[in-house]
This record gives sequence, structure tokens and C-alpha cells, in this order.
Amino acid sequence: MNEGYLRIAHVSKRFGGVTAVDDADLAIARGEFFSLLGPSGCGKTTLLRMIAGFEYPSEGDIFVDGAQITDLPPHLRPSNMVFQSYAIFPHLNVFDNIAYGLRKAKLKRSELRKRVEESLAMIKLEGFGTRRADQLSGGQRQRVALARALVMRPKVLLLDEPLGALDKRLREAMQIELRQLQKSVGITFVFVTHDQEEALAMSDRIAVMSGGKILQVAAARELYEAPNCREVADFIGEINFFDGIVKEREGESAIADAGPMGTVRITAPDAPGTKLLLALRPEKIALSATAGRVGGSVTAAAYLGERSHYNIAVPSRDAPISIAVQNAAVSAGHATGEAVHLDWSDDAVLVLRA
Amino acid sequence: MRKSGRGFGLLLYALFYLALLYVPVLFLPLFSFNDSVFIAFPLHGFTTRWYAQMLADGAMLHALGNSLKVGAITATVSTVLGLLAAKALTRYRVPGGDALLGFTSLPLFIPDIVLGISLLILLNLAGIPMSLLTVVAGHCLICVPFAITVLMSRLDGFDKSLEEASLDLGETGWMTFWRVTFPLALPGIVSSLLLTFIVSFDEFLIAYFLAGSEATLPIYIWGQLRFPYKLPAVLALGALILLASAALVVIAEWVRNIGVKDGKRAVVGA
Repeated sequence: MNEGYLRIAHVSKRFGGVTAVDDADLAIARGEFFSLLGPSGCGKTTLLRMIAGFEYPSEGDIFVDGAQITDLPPHLRPSNMVFQSYAIFPHLNVFDNIAYGLRKAKLKRSELRKRVEESLAMIKLEGFGTRRADQLSGGQRQRVALARALVMRPKVLLLDEPLGALDKRLREAMQIELRQLQKSVGITFVFVTHDQEEALAMSDRIAVMSGGKILQVAAARELYEAPNCREVADFIGEINFFDGIVKEREGESAIADAGPMGTVRITAPDAPGTKLLLALRPEKIALSATAGRVGGSVTAAAYLGERSHYNIAVPSRDAPISIAVQNAAVSAGHATGEAVHLDWSDDAVLVLRA
Repeated sequence: MRKSGRGFGLLLYALFYLALLYVPVLFLPLFSFNDSVFIAFPLHGFTTRWYAQMLADGAMLHALGNSLKVGAITATVSTVLGLLAAKALTRYRVPGGDALLGFTSLPLFIPDIVLGISLLILLNLAGIPMSLLTVVAGHCLICVPFAITVLMSRLDGFDKSLEEASLDLGETGWMTFWRVTFPLALPGIVSSLLLTFIVSFDEFLIAYFLAGSEATLPIYIWGQLRFPYKLPAVLALGALILLASAALVVIAEWVRNIGVKDGKRAVVGA
């Protein structure tokens, strides 16, 4: 069994007849930036709340640093949380918000002041100690929530969509800042988000969740380049699916008949006659006016600055093929209605089992 | 033109309404300074002797003291009970919570006279002697629903994760209540105390059935109506109570305004 610093061992949570988290099994390393990614209602927040102690698992156990914490109440756990709403205490100023948990720890006055001042410096809000919550901007509130949790020096920091309420520009800046902060303090982060770009940009590893189940746990590149199922492939980025059937084998590889998409050489152990789900990312397909594997016509074209996006209708195929082309050279691109040819390398084809 | 005409009509209506509401009440202080036993126009000159008579009336002051005691205890007990109920109903998944809320609100819809008689029968059967304590018990029954309503709206108004944040930062449930829930609920708690005190202070029917040989102020005043020469002193007391109520309402509004601002902060914070 994999021994993680934060170990979630076959944890399930049921509310009445609804299974919110279904047999989650994770081992998260010390100092890792780990994300739980999925659409709303996928169980990611419930899983995070079980680590924090606000919900208790129906089955399974949770360990931090070797100690079982499954049934501990939240105030005895070695984790702290940054809430989606930030939960800054409105009746306290910034200093007292950050000092809230330290007062419980019965530190000396000077030590308490020192640690709060250090935290304020860390989040670049020196001199903001006497401000009230309603005198802070969204980004500042987010930092205070972060400082209030980190000042407790938790073994694990839990973050529940902490950037969701910020505008795009600020969110991107905070992503970088949060990532740098995590590396410098070396604390294990468990980060919940529904934003795939955010998860890809920040995390060491990501667990993709759907319907209470963990579908795949991998680093960003692997999730994108080698998703293990249709749902993950569909959720992370854009993708074109098409059906295939194994025709004949040639050693390690096989030739698959992909109908309107022609034939594809794939690396798969399946016997002839096996049905497969194949997929191609939009940027892996090349577009040419002259030659390619499959012909089609442009049904929609969108110029997006650094790249252009096309929908291509392929004869006897229902869904259009979506293609992204980097605008590396200045060219007119392709117009709607234009006849084009599509080409791709066999390596780019993902083999999924539906 | 038409619009301002309608505005004028509405203004008249509003003034008439306010007059109907407050002019009768203003008769109280007016006649309390009138130098005549008879409550009638024309006025007979200014006097403060009714106030002197009131202060010399031991029985009346005793009844006032009883009412203040009953009101204070009722307000405290029903606000504490209301706070516990409101916390449970807003923070936890209470099985049958809606039904529970309905049942605790039921005394609001039962006529007080029915409530008074049934409580009298119940206490007699149980062999509990009538006293101010039984009045407090009866008043708590009708005041708890008010307290729950006021406090639930306050507790619903602030972000639940504030309490979770406190637990997460290492505080126990009990200390979280004192460091987070209580200060944030304080405006609601003050409103609840004032409201339940006032409900108890002027409640007549239940007190009439359950007070035994003691009298609260409304019971005492009711008894005095038979003696016309005592009425002006009652008016003097009424005028003072009116003044005190006005002061309480101003304080309550002031506290509520602080609460509203705080509530907005909590929402902005969310």
C-alpha cells in the first residue's frame, strides 16, 4: 500500500441515499501541491471537508503524517482551511483575524505579535492590521484568509476554490503567487477547483473527480496527453472522439478502421474485432488545402489571436472535427465553406475504452 | 398635476393614520398633568400630584416591580431557549426541523384566553401553586416563538463558514459560540430581549389566570378601573411607561441598525 503523508484510504461518504464520495483512495506526498478537479457536485468539496473534519466518512480512514484522524473533530486536526467565502470574521480586524487561532495556542504576547506581523509581511499587507474586513478588496481578503490558516503552521493546507471569487487577471496573478508561496513554505496543499486551467497551471498532481469517483490521478501533462477514460479526456481541454474497430495486428501495434476517419495504426493489445474509442486533440491535427488523410469542408472559423479555431465537416460523420491552428505565420487562414484536408500522426491518436 | 394631487391625498391619508395611531396615546401624558379626577375636556390646569400619588401607592409600585421581574426573567429565559433552538435549526440537519418550528410557534395562534385556562387546569392538576413563577412559565410559552423567529433570521444572515473557520483554527464548539456566534448574533439577541420583555410586560390574560394572589401591572390597572379617583395616578404611570417604551424602541432600532451594517459586512465578506 502506498504510504502518503496525507493518506485517504478507501473513503466513502453517503448523505441519505446519495453517495457524494465513492471509495476515494489517495496518497499525497509531503510538500505536494495536489488538486481535486471536477465539475460542481462531483464530491471534491465533500472530500476536502472530510479532511478538515466538517464531515465524517461513512467508510474508510484518513491519515496525516502516519496518525489516523478519521474521527477527530476539526479543532484537533493538523490541517487548516481557506474557505471559498474566505470566512473573514467581520467583527474582528485583520490582525485579530490572523491571530484568532494563535490566541488559543496561548503564545506570549510578543511572540504572537511577531508571528502575525510576519504573516502580514508574507502576504504583503504590512500595516493593514487595524483594517476591518469590509475595508479590504477581494484579493486582500483572500490573502488574509491564507495568512490566517498558514500562521497556524498546519501540516496540510486545504483550499476550497479560493480563487473563484476573483476576477480573471487577479486570479492569474494569485495562481502564480500561491504556487510560489507553497514552494517557499513547503506545506502540503490540497486545492479544490472546477477550473481545469487553474489546476493544470498550479498542481504537482491532479485528481479528476466525477460523480463522487476519482477517475484519474496524474500530473498535468499526463492528464492531457494520456487521459485514462472518456470523461477525463472530455473534461480536460477540447477533444474529438471517433469510433474504431481493430482490423489486424502487427506485433505490438494494430491497424484500426476508424470509418470516416480512415485507418489508424495504434499501440494496443486488443484482438481483431475489438471496438475502441479513439480521440484526437484539436491542436494535433494539421490543416492543409492540398493533401491529408481525410477531406472535409470548413463549417466555422474563428480567429482567436495566437491561434485560429475551425470546425470541419467530414463526410459521413455527424459531429464536426474541431481543430486549433497556431497562427505562427501570417496567413489568411481558411474561410467557411473552403475544402480542406486533415492530417495527423498515428502517435497523436489516444486509445480509450468507452 | 394629477400626480401631485394624488401625492397630496396620500399624504393626508398618512397623516390621518398617524393621528389615529398616536393621538389617543398622547391623551395619557396630557391628562396625567390635568388637575381633575375626571378624564374630560376642558382641562383644569397643571398638576404633578398624580405623579406624587402614584409614587405613594405601594400596591401599584409592587405590581410594577412584579411586572419588571416577570418581564426580565421571561426575556432572559425565552431568549436563551430561542438562541439554542435557532442555532440548532439553522446549523444542523434537524430531523423534522420544520415541524418542530411549527409546533413551537403554535402558542402564537392559540387565543391567550384558551392558553391561560388550559395552563391553569394543568398547574392545578399538577398541584403547583400559582405565583409569579407560573406567570413566567406561561409568558415563556408565548415569547419563545418570537425569540426563535428574531434569532433565526439573524443566524441565517451570516455565513456558516465563519463558525467552521473558528473550529478549523482550533477552537472548540463552545468557544466558537462565544468568540464568533455570540458577537455576530448580539444585535439579534438584544432585539429578542427587548421584544420578549415588552410582550411579557403588557400581557394580561395569561398573567390574570396564573398569578394567584400576586398582581402584575396590567392586572393591577384592570383592578383599579373600578375606582375613578385612582385613575389619574394610573395615567401618570402610563405616561412614564410610554416614555420608557419610546426610549427602548429607540435603543432597539439603534442596535438593529448596527446589526444591519454588520450583516452587510458579513455578506460582503462572503
